[in-house]
Amino acid sequence: MQATNILILILALGIFAFYIGRGRSLAMAKPLGGIRNLHSLPSYYGAYTALWCALPSTILLCLWMIFDEPLINSLVMGSISDQLADDSLATYNLQLNKISNIAEGILSSRGQSPELLIAADYMSRLQTMSQWSLTALMLCLTMAGLFLGSSKIDPAFRARPVVEKVMQNLLLACACLAIFTTLGIVLSVLFESLQFFRSVPAHEFIFGLEWSPQTAIREDQVGSSGSFGAVPLFVGTLLVSAVAMVVAVPIGLMSAIYLAEYASKSVRAVAKPTLEVLAGIPTVVYGFFAALTVAPFIRDLGTSFGLSVSSESALAAGGVMGIMIIPFISSLADDVITAVPQSMRDGSLAMGATHSETVRRVIIPAALPGIVGGIMLAVSRAIGETMIVVMAAGMAAKLTANPLESVTTVTVQIVTLLTGDQEFDSPKTLAAFALGLMLFTVTLLLNIFALHIVKKYREQYE
Amino acid sequence: MTKAATVAKKPKKAAGVKAKKVAVDQPLQVDEGEATVGQSFTDKAKMTMRNINVFYGDKQAIHDVSIDIAQNEVIAMIGPSGCGKSTFLRTLNRMNDTVEGCRVEGEICMDGENLYSPSLDVVELRARVGMVFQKPNPFPKSIYENVAYGPKIHGLADTRVDLDEIVENSLKKASLWEEVKERLHQPGTGLSGGQQQRLCIARAIAVSPEVILMDEPCSALDPIATAKIEELIEELSQNFTIAIVTHSMQQAARVSNRTAYFHLGKLVEVNPTEKVFTMPEHKLTEAYITGRFG
Repeated sequence: MQATNILILILALGIFAFYIGRGRSLAMAKPLGGIRNLHSLPSYYGAYTALWCALPSTILLCLWMIFDEPLINSLVMGSISDQLADDSLATYNLQLNKISNIAEGILSSRGQSPELLIAADYMSRLQTMSQWSLTALMLCLTMAGLFLGSSKIDPAFRARPVVEKVMQNLLLACACLAIFTTLGIVLSVLFESLQFFRSVPAHEFIFGLEWSPQTAIREDQVGSSGSFGAVPLFVGTLLVSAVAMVVAVPIGLMSAIYLAEYASKSVRAVAKPTLEVLAGIPTVVYGFFAALTVAPFIRDLGTSFGLSVSSESALAAGGVMGIMIIPFISSLADDVITAVPQSMRDGSLAMGATHSETVRRVIIPAALPGIVGGIMLAVSRAIGETMIVVMAAGMAAKLTANPLESVTTVTVQIVTLLTGDQEFDSPKTLAAFALGLMLFTVTLLLNIFALHIVKKYREQYE
Repeated sequence: MTKAATVAKKPKKAAGVKAKKVAVDQPLQVDEGEATVGQSFTDKAKMTMRNINVFYGDKQAIHDVSIDIAQNEVIAMIGPSGCGKSTFLRTLNRMNDTVEGCRVEGEICMDGENLYSPSLDVVELRARVGMVFQKPNPFPKSIYENVAYGPKIHGLADTRVDLDEIVENSLKKASLWEEVKERLHQPGTGLSGGQQQRLCIARAIAVSPEVILMDEPCSALDPIATAKIEELIEELSQNFTIAIVTHSMQQAARVSNRTAYFHLGKLVEVNPTEKVFTMPEHKLTEAYITGRFG
């Protein structure tokens, strides 16, 4: 039986166990004179039985699924002779793939060496055996759990704290899962980057001023040797993000202040959702809007002032991106401004401050952490944004601080590095991981910096 | 009809909750058009209120109240919950403007100037009529900045030295200086409740108002902090006119020169404090101060 089917079976049995446990406790309660004589509510006894039934087998199932494949693989590879299982990792993987493909019938068995066919046969036998033994084991385990759980039910048995404890541990497990996933991503990016730094020195990558990642795939190919200086990319990213923030922060913040402090209820009811629609527009739509409407407009405008503006400019991309992230700032800032207690406003107004003085001197400082939080979210969004930049800012990695020129960003380069034919361990591909790592580090530092700012300047009410 | 019903029900309910209280034999309500008894008016009035009606939407909260507040007196406003005394206090510096749907009718003058005339600058008015709220609401700033807030926005200090002096004087007047002079630049929200309330008083007097309104300033404080605030009110009355709303009759008796008794949005009686608490003129006042309802 497949693992998913087994899981469904376990869940069904768990639900069955719940009713068994509940019914059993109810039956026990009857002669005693109602459920008040039980230590816990019947549903707790049900949950207790269900947990005994489903939890151990689910855990075992997960472990089985993790260790099943490597175990079979090593058994199969151990069975075939040494000359086929070469020392090198690449050949080992190749042989293994071949065997498993033959076993699954993807690869035709005709024309393969007999030794491989035997191995494939062995593999498929092992797999079948594993499936059946897993199914049998699961059934035994769930049944055993069910009987064990229900046999423990007794009016004096304290099922409630046990269920409570198990629930607490389940929550903990979920939290850990999220943390470990993050850790896993970071570590995988880190190791790939280290591999990249073996072929390109780290200082060259971090401080290099030229980015041209084209490398020759074959020996005889005419191609550049590739240079991996990330500075132009980061400057480009910062430039586009800065333009976006210059657009988004003032507009977002001020519209938030208007909505929270001045707008009447009816205006607010219409304006707030409308603003939030901006966040729901797909970025690709913003992208072609930027490329087809805004960029030519800026170019024409520049020409009429006698400036030379390239048809793909950081200004166009950043400006449109700014519009896109307005709702991130305005919505969050609006929430925190509304959350500032009315007594603060009253206190300030009663001192003879005007409404705008109150906003500036009392409300904004009190709402600062939330506002900075919104801005940080917007910055992360701007740095990570790809589509608009691909379409409106260009691909050329130019080292410039002029927003009228075309630039490229880290994310755009990651996209171009990973699309198209490339070896997986070439510096070009691995550069994507290094860029990702840098981006991650920069965003992390920005967040830490923002936290520090907030701590320093926050004015905490209550 | 409904109003009369609620009025009639109220004392009965109170009597039900607290068994000690004697059930009243007649419904406690102010007759329609009944005039305020006692001495509502004075010759040396700082503020004069004539025929004030306040509405929240369709609901009328204050009915035809006329009263004077004399220069440098402490006037206490007492009455059962929901009788409109806080609403009335908030009309005096137009804080009701911030409440949506609130409408004020009638004439309120300070030194002969109508507070509700279109030409009056509300901001300036609130600098002249300061306010202290029920719950201490220091700004989330340092103690110094809290007191300096008003002087800064009104440009009362030209130099840092002037500002320091204003802050120090205000804190001294609010008898808080000794307790906080070592930590002027720590947050005001870190003070104790009583200190916070005195900080709010210091903040209010920093702009040298003429009148200070206090809306149950001690209801969130313990007895010792309350005693300090009451002592402070007495000192402040030498320089300021003070209107205080309070739930505590003892407090009204201790701090005020005159006491106004409100009942269901009507001003029932205004008299010198000793008179109100020893021989009230109106039967409702008597019923309230003897604890027959409240």
